[in-house]
Amino acid sequence: MSDIPEGLLYTEEHEYLKPGEEDDVYLVGITDYAQGELGDVVYVELPEVGASFDKMEPFGTIEAVKAVSDLYCPVRAEILEVNAALEEDPALINSDPYGEGWMIKIRVEDVDQLTGTMDAVAYSSLVGG
Amino acid sequence: MAEALKKTPLWEAHVALGGKLVPFAGFEMPVQYPSGITTEHQAVRTAAGLFDVCHMGEFILKGPQALDFIQKITVNDASKVAVGQVQYTAMCLENGGIIDDLLVYRDAEHWMLVVNASNKEKDLAWVEGHAAAFDVDLVDASDETALLALQGPRAAEILQPLTGTDLGGIGYYRFAAGEVAGVEGMISRTGYTGEDGFELYIPAGAAMKLWDALMGAGAEGGGLTPTGLGCRDSLRLEMGYALYGNDLDEEHTPLESGLGWITKLDKGDFLGREALVAQKEAGIKRRLVGMKLMDRGFPRHGYPVVAGGEEVGVVTSGVVSPSLGLGIALGYVPSELASPGTEVGVRIRDKVIPAVIQRPPFYTGGSLRR
Repeated sequence: MSDIPEGLLYTEEHEYLKPGEEDDVYLVGITDYAQGELGDVVYVELPEVGASFDKMEPFGTIEAVKAVSDLYCPVRAEILEVNAALEEDPALINSDPYGEGWMIKIRVEDVDQLTGTMDAVAYSSLVGG
Repeated sequence: MAEALKKTPLWEAHVALGGKLVPFAGFEMPVQYPSGITTEHQAVRTAAGLFDVCHMGEFILKGPQALDFIQKITVNDASKVAVGQVQYTAMCLENGGIIDDLLVYRDAEHWMLVVNASNKEKDLAWVEGHAAAFDVDLVDASDETALLALQGPRAAEILQPLTGTDLGGIGYYRFAAGEVAGVEGMISRTGYTGEDGFELYIPAGAAMKLWDALMGAGAEGGGLTPTGLGCRDSLRLEMGYALYGNDLDEEHTPLESGLGWITKLDKGDFLGREALVAQKEAGIKRRLVGMKLMDRGFPRHGYPVVAGGEEVGVVTSGVVSPSLGLGIALGYVPSELASPGTEVGVRIRDKVIPAVIQRPPFYTGGSLRR
């Protein structure tokens, strides 16, 4: 059974948004379910700090042994920070997806866009909880 | 409606271990267990792994013309195979395209062909179609035969306490009848990983018993890990072993696919020989080669190989090598670009990653001793 912590927001693309130090700042990564489906992550390609992405625009790619997947920006946002540790140790996404395996820190442009996301209960039913 | 997937006799063991089951060649097979592909890969390189390869096809051939028949349908010289020996070979269409790559076993009273699961039905139809002209009995024993592959530097020390057969007496690509954990079968010193190891052919009904006995013995000795198709692929790629359906197919001949060493054009007539002789005389235009990526990137089946800004070839298999930490691939390039050291590129989405042609194996630290 995959881990789906309370208090995070989830997307249909199996990404999570974890509230950061300010109301419009979030850490984004992929869920425990997603890392389990992907298997061992080999590389992750992340954007430049300062770049902006539209909702559902690909901001990077994740290479697992079996397949490569695009990473979609869950909301229109600016990249504040990327997790440089993933360059050296992409397996952090497998071992600690909600902690050390975070990918990008974003500033959400319009928090109303977050209404399309799910809470833990809704996401849990999406992935067959 | 899609045909229901078949289960190997070890299906319940995979489920109990938390294996991730995927459709493969009509079977539901474990691609990995919870420890993950990289961990399983390293287990085989450093200790041992146990693979369920029951999906492979086994054909038994008997009769006075069995050897003549095998000579007719395969490219290698089966007359050189002694009783107790195994030979890697291939079957070709009349036009030289590869139908399948396979192993030929010679026992005292019969021969056995071990074919890829994905090709089994096609192979059976082909072999049956040509068997009519020979005094030979052909039996498809695939469903009754289970196959477990124990691979890794510790394979022999795990297996030896379970059998009265002296494993030291079985050389590479040799086999012997024997009993393992009370199960009668064939102990074959073969594999697809680049490590020392054994493939155990046993009755399907005894597969679970043998699996449990091996896992028990391996756990005591330490380090035996159940291993899935995922690491089987990365292990074979580090050795540069070709995989049918990826690197080998009916569109390519053995001379193009790096299998010239098993193609004995002077052994006498065989299916595909005329086309292969003609191709050799005309010159081989493209070749399957190994490529090592010089920068970060994950090469995958179908990615273009480029040189001088042109698309010149294609990747047929690729992986980021867990042992080397860089991308390695097999693929077809024009013969003039096939020499080791030649610089090419692999296009990965919008980037061209520099790559160098390298003669496999990519990984040379294996415990396999020929």
